[in-house]
Amino acid sequence: MSDSLLAAAAPTAAPGRISSWSLLLGNRLAAIGFCLLVVLALTALLAPLLPLPDPNATAPAERLQPVLSEGHLLGTDQLGRDMLSRLVWGSRVSMAVGFAATIVAALIGSVIGLVAGYAGGRTDNLVMRGVDMLMAFPYILLALAIVAVLGPGLMNALYAIAVVNIPFFARNVRGVTLALARAEFVDAARLSGKGHLSILATEVLPNVLPVIVITMSTTAGWMILETAGLSFLGLGAQPPQADLGSMLGEGRAQLFTAPHVSIVPGVMIFLIVISLNLLGDGVRDVLDPRLRSGALMRPGPRTEVARNRNRPENRAPDAILNVEGLETGFSHNGQYAPAVKDVSLHLRAGECLGLIGESGSGKSVTALSVMGLVNSPPGLIRNGAIYLNGEDVLAMPEAKLISCRGSRVAYIFQDPLTTLHPMHPIGRQIEEAIAAHQRLDRKHLRERSIALLERVGIPEAAERARHYPHQLSGGQRQRVGIAMALANDPDVIVADEPTTALDVTVQAQILDLLRELQEERGVALLFITHDFGVVSEICDRVAVMKDGRVVETGETKELLSNPQHDYTKRLIACVPEIGQGREFLSRVAPLFRPESRS
Amino acid sequence: MTAYILKRLISLVPVLFGLSIIVFLVMAMIPGDPATAILGSYATSENVARINRDLGLDKPLIEQYFIWISNVLQGDLGRSFALNRPVIDEVLERFQATLILAGVSLVFCSIIGLLAGVVSAVRQFGWVDRTVTFAVLAGISMPSFWLGLILILLLAVKWQLLPASGMYAIYGGGGLRDLLLHLILPAATLSVVAAGIIARLTRAAMLEVLRQDYIRTARAKGLAERRVIWRHAFRAALVSVIPVIGIQAGFVLGGAVYIETVFQWPGVGAMLVKAISTRDILLVQGGVLVVAASYVLFNLAADVLQTMLDARIRT
Repeated sequence: MSDSLLAAAAPTAAPGRISSWSLLLGNRLAAIGFCLLVVLALTALLAPLLPLPDPNATAPAERLQPVLSEGHLLGTDQLGRDMLSRLVWGSRVSMAVGFAATIVAALIGSVIGLVAGYAGGRTDNLVMRGVDMLMAFPYILLALAIVAVLGPGLMNALYAIAVVNIPFFARNVRGVTLALARAEFVDAARLSGKGHLSILATEVLPNVLPVIVITMSTTAGWMILETAGLSFLGLGAQPPQADLGSMLGEGRAQLFTAPHVSIVPGVMIFLIVISLNLLGDGVRDVLDPRLRSGALMRPGPRTEVARNRNRPENRAPDAILNVEGLETGFSHNGQYAPAVKDVSLHLRAGECLGLIGESGSGKSVTALSVMGLVNSPPGLIRNGAIYLNGEDVLAMPEAKLISCRGSRVAYIFQDPLTTLHPMHPIGRQIEEAIAAHQRLDRKHLRERSIALLERVGIPEAAERARHYPHQLSGGQRQRVGIAMALANDPDVIVADEPTTALDVTVQAQILDLLRELQEERGVALLFITHDFGVVSEICDRVAVMKDGRVVETGETKELLSNPQHDYTKRLIACVPEIGQGREFLSRVAPLFRPESRS
Repeated sequence: MTAYILKRLISLVPVLFGLSIIVFLVMAMIPGDPATAILGSYATSENVARINRDLGLDKPLIEQYFIWISNVLQGDLGRSFALNRPVIDEVLERFQATLILAGVSLVFCSIIGLLAGVVSAVRQFGWVDRTVTFAVLAGISMPSFWLGLILILLLAVKWQLLPASGMYAIYGGGGLRDLLLHLILPAATLSVVAAGIIARLTRAAMLEVLRQDYIRTARAKGLAERRVIWRHAFRAALVSVIPVIGIQAGFVLGGAVYIETVFQWPGVGAMLVKAISTRDILLVQGGVLVVAASYVLFNLAADVLQTMLDARIRT
């Protein structure tokens, strides 16, 4: 948790109070929670001024009146006391105790956290071990033990609840302080001769404050619930004093005859706590900017395709894969921005097409669009068509598209450490790829996967198949990625920067392997890279991409010897050659002058 | 794996040691004459002398602790004067009932929480997701003892579907079926909060995992979406949710105090509440110690399970 809180801590100084407030109230649920809380708190605060009967005035003749009876809106309890009045006065006590406990826990916990985090080293270790010890207890149990020692009573319940919540504050605050204590501005303050106390108060505390606020807003609801709980058990408020919990507990005896006596206070507790929780969630969202961006969108099984896309004709019917006029973009908060525009490519059986360009030029988006693998939301294929053997992939029903993935078009991705599942053995992952398209029993699946691993040059494949990705070297992991792509003898393999994450010698081996496999199996290869050196090694034809468009296409040899587009020239010049290192920069520099830019 | 479990078991020793110190100190913090406080209304001069002798209360605190802990390690938690029987007997007897209730609730809330979290993430912003999100918010905002009362009113009194209290029927009770019937209401009530928290965190973990590169790989292989969700995404999300389930064991064990009181379940929680009001301090101490120790073991189990599921931690 402290990681995310750390992220939360830094930027809050900048936006300032007003924008945080408006953001908070802009969050509809948080605003509802806030309004509800204000109403409840005001009612409780103004209880002495409200025209309510004395909450403690008993009237045995009018005991257990139901809800909505005359003169008693919420009825009366077992002693004939007015429930509405008791409810208002009871919430006053409950809220006061709950908030007081929150403040006490926040104060003590934050001081502990600040000291531990700032001092670091042995102090930190010792203090945090103690805090861990407290957290090793089931939370409510510790509160019970404390009340057992101090004796039942509202104040003792308050102390107990505060104490068991101290660890949460101490932990969160300590995490952030620990990082801040090593920050440059704290060092600067120290060098300028400020004392530790003044550094803590003026430099560290303001940056820790958001964390304290987040923790307060997320624990206040709990503390109200716990206080009510202790009172319910008869360990908190003692008669004649009453809070919501003790009202509920006392009303329990009448549960079957007059359920409202215990149900009504529960509703009130529920309202207070839910308003606090709504507000707390809102506060956390506002102060923790990672959550605000809406970055956590779930990508669906396939990229969304615009219904009104224009769908160009298949101009290369003999090609195995033909991308026509593709436009893929991303929409954020209703705003759409294209990443690739009007991209057309075709790939014939057994051919290798290189797709080259700098980072952000749209190569990967193009490649992923082919099988609808661009994350969506936010991805959207706005225009174009993708013909696989003459059939438009974008028009396929989902089940059909999924059945084509891996069996007709397979992918090899860039970084095999993040693209292989970390918790399944590699053999299993390959078997799974086979099983997705072929009905085979376990034994044959295993044989096939081991054969594939052997084919891509993994030594002791049978043994290795049981290993997990993190136990393999980068080159071996990429070999696994290739084996997985080969699993179902696809017609097309899309290799999305398969060698970029590898060092140069391994890169050469992987390229050799890919070329060998391509010749052996006659598979068409769409090879994405930013390196012309790699292109000249392996590709028959090249398409150069820049800013989301294809700027030049041609046979590799021709394009290398006679590049037309300035950008292509620059990319080619970027490949260093042995023996020409000395003049490299001065040779390349003219190509990058502003006037030579397209 | 065995070596890892052994190592973790050894690392429990300092935790349990610290735990015992806190429990001991809590008792030592009792204001006034400890023997009288421990005995409460049973403080005859004979009993006071006996307590002072048993616990070595005339000796320094550290020495007292070692006397106490060596007694504890021999299974001697003192004697409950209110019940007139050894604390350990009473606590262990009641702990069985608590363990049944808490264990079933933990399984219950894990299944419900994980399922709700996954479905909620997969249908992000759909009506299922909204319903789950709201139910979670409501669930963690209501007092569990209140929910228990409402369930008793509705299911036990009004519709008479389930028994309202106890562990077995008083007449002709016994047997697994009877136990299960009596378990449903308290276990369901006790599960609500924990299920809500698990659902929330599972949803967040799933949303995080679904954006990972290896999910794209799984899709690129042509796996059916269901398999992508469960075998790939859920498998990875589970690893980060399991420690949270371990922590929920604490909520369930602690929350049992309320639920046992409401449903008159004969467990440690209800015993503690009674013991506190009769000032039966040694019984409180024994109950807290046993439940806290079991919570440590629950967390250990969660740790071991997490390690078993994630090869990266294991090796």
